[in-house]
Amino acid sequence: MSKLALIIKREYLAKVRNKSFVIMTFLSPILMVGMIVLIAYLTKINDDDIKTIGVLNESPYFTNKFKSNGPISYLDFREVSLESAKDSIVNMGFYGLLYIPDASDMEEAASASYFYTQDAPGSSIIDVLETVFTKQLRLQRLQDLGVSVADFDRVDHNFDIKTATFAGQQNLKGLNEIKAFIGGAFGYLIMMFIIIYGGFVMRSVIEEKTSRIIEVIISSVKPFQLMLGKIIGTSLAGITQFAIWIFSATILLGVVIAVFDIDPSALNAGAENAPGFSGAAAYASTADSTMQLYANELFKIPWAMLIGFFMVYFVLGYFIYSSIYAAIGAAVDNETDTQQFIFPIILPLMLAIYVGFFSVFNNPHGPIAVGFSLFPLTSPIVMLMRLPGGIGEGGVPLWQVITSIGLLIGTFIGIVWLAAKIYRVGILMYGKKPTYKELFKWLRY
Amino acid sequence: MDNILVAREVSKQFGKHIALNKVSLEIPKNSIYGLLGPNGAGKTTLIRIINQITYPDQGSVFFDGKPLESKHVAMIGYLPEERGLYKSMKVGEQALYLAQLKGLSKTEAKARLKYWFDRLDIGDWWHKKVQELSKGMAQKIQFIVTVLHQPKLLIFDEPFSGFDPINANIIKDEILQLRENGTSIIFSTHRMESVEELCDYIALIHRSEKILDGKLTDIKQAYKNNIFKVGLGLKNVNGLLEDLHDNFQILHSEYIEDGQQLNFTVQLPNSDTGALLAKLSGKGNLNNFTETIPSTNDIFIQTIQNKNLYE
Repeated sequence: MSKLALIIKREYLAKVRNKSFVIMTFLSPILMVGMIVLIAYLTKINDDDIKTIGVLNESPYFTNKFKSNGPISYLDFREVSLESAKDSIVNMGFYGLLYIPDASDMEEAASASYFYTQDAPGSSIIDVLETVFTKQLRLQRLQDLGVSVADFDRVDHNFDIKTATFAGQQNLKGLNEIKAFIGGAFGYLIMMFIIIYGGFVMRSVIEEKTSRIIEVIISSVKPFQLMLGKIIGTSLAGITQFAIWIFSATILLGVVIAVFDIDPSALNAGAENAPGFSGAAAYASTADSTMQLYANELFKIPWAMLIGFFMVYFVLGYFIYSSIYAAIGAAVDNETDTQQFIFPIILPLMLAIYVGFFSVFNNPHGPIAVGFSLFPLTSPIVMLMRLPGGIGEGGVPLWQVITSIGLLIGTFIGIVWLAAKIYRVGILMYGKKPTYKELFKWLRY
Repeated sequence: MDNILVAREVSKQFGKHIALNKVSLEIPKNSIYGLLGPNGAGKTTLIRIINQITYPDQGSVFFDGKPLESKHVAMIGYLPEERGLYKSMKVGEQALYLAQLKGLSKTEAKARLKYWFDRLDIGDWWHKKVQELSKGMAQKIQFIVTVLHQPKLLIFDEPFSGFDPINANIIKDEILQLRENGTSIIFSTHRMESVEELCDYIALIHRSEKILDGKLTDIKQAYKNNIFKVGLGLKNVNGLLEDLHDNFQILHSEYIEDGQQLNFTVQLPNSDTGALLAKLSGKGNLNNFTETIPSTNDIFIQTIQNKNLYE
């Protein structure tokens, strides 16, 4: 077995046999599902909490317009003063009091109304109240203009435009967001992997330094071989972890499909009738078949291509960052000294994620998205957010993909070379925390 | 070829600091070679160059007559001053890993490890984790790993630091045994007295330069000053000491046991002791007559002083 293979094997086994790794692998999906369940549960509890609002309406308007609905229930007060109404609301522990004073017309009554609460009220509650006022005021104004309620009802409904590509594929609203979200999930995965496994590489280098085995090892192998073996071994452990997660997620997905009875073949059939899609058919379609359409679109995302590119960007991005992590580990004596060096690494990663979520979601092929998907320190994350739209027509232009990968490979070679130089000197330096200036000097040793 | 390792004018610089300045060495085969000098003199840098951990800026190194290259790492065993093991790895597994990195096959490494574990009586450590071992125990493992691949050249940097006296003796005996079997050995240390009795050759390194090297016995011969320590049980002789002072250069003298015993140190002009012995004959019972051989430490200090004198 070659020396590199020996090192990879040792690093892999050292990682995989580690108790915390085993626990992480099996616990984090459970934690993840648990979190989602918990959030859903808490949201539900929150919604179940019904807020009671007293209504003291001294005007002839808005009568019975405040109807208890969802989280809000209204309680009408009659023939009491404002002060005693307030008192009883406080005494009964209700949420607030809506006071509509008497006035000569509706506009005046509305603008003189007040909503009293113990603390500043939540914006969703205010929204609900305002919606009622707005609707009534609009009705009133329309009536003043001579429009009947029946006429108004006929005019007042929302319109959803249907969209399709020139090729005739029906687009579903929000699909771009969903695609960007999937890309974002991949990008986020890469960022987390780099931070977690880069950290592992760094700690492993520090461990070799503090346990003083490093000089024994590099009297047998080249420092570069050791660094490379360490990075590869650690990443294989990470890939093992991902493989376990993907495998269990696939099984979970299978279970979900079986339980909710989604028929993948029906999904495919649904997409074919897009060009001749009639308005009537659209209205006839039930919520179920819309779900089917979305599911179908998700199935049509080029998963194989996406996963392929995920691997490419993942490997290159990870190698760039983890060799920097290895160099940092070599430069310091203990983990507490790493902070000043780690921050500049995390920065482009964070930037990539934020730029991705704010810019790529809205405009996947805009100048910012293109720029960041070419810049090598952010491209692994940002490009993956753009890729679910496909490559070529309607998606990412091919030249951008090629340029971005080319730049990434170039940077990869450059960074690994620099990191290896710092690593080679750093692993034999003990006792003091180096400055950036010293690191720069090491490059020339 | 008589030399296992030859260094020619090796220089190494780190930034502005000169770590080695044109150091040349010849390390004969089948011998123990002491690389001596204070901390920071450049010993470790030289050793790292021999191990190809760093590379010289100038000069060249030859291993067994051929320019040093990467395949030679398998023929060198190195016990660094800063040494350790992976703490959470099992002893046997770790020893196997390190042996394989030196180019041994797994089966070969296993067989040899078994031999050494039995020899040093640590066979039951195989499945222990290193963190369960004491420092001395870990040092034994490190020693085994260093010699396991039967290198032609062994390099020990401060080998006895961290060993208790018993284990240090065991290791010392093993090292002598290895020389018997034909291995060449380099000892590097700043504690010169610790290896004096073991070394056949020495080189003194001071401030990045080699200031002295050669066969230890030759060096000692060259540096001895014909100083003798004499002890004489007197037979009631008066005026002997005055007489001696008149004829010889007496460095120090004292009477003990109520004037019954005279101890003195004398420096003779040459190694001929006949005149002194003739003077002493019949004056009492000679119970001590030893030549003072300078220690390596003395030689080191004297060399530095001489050098500073010339500069």
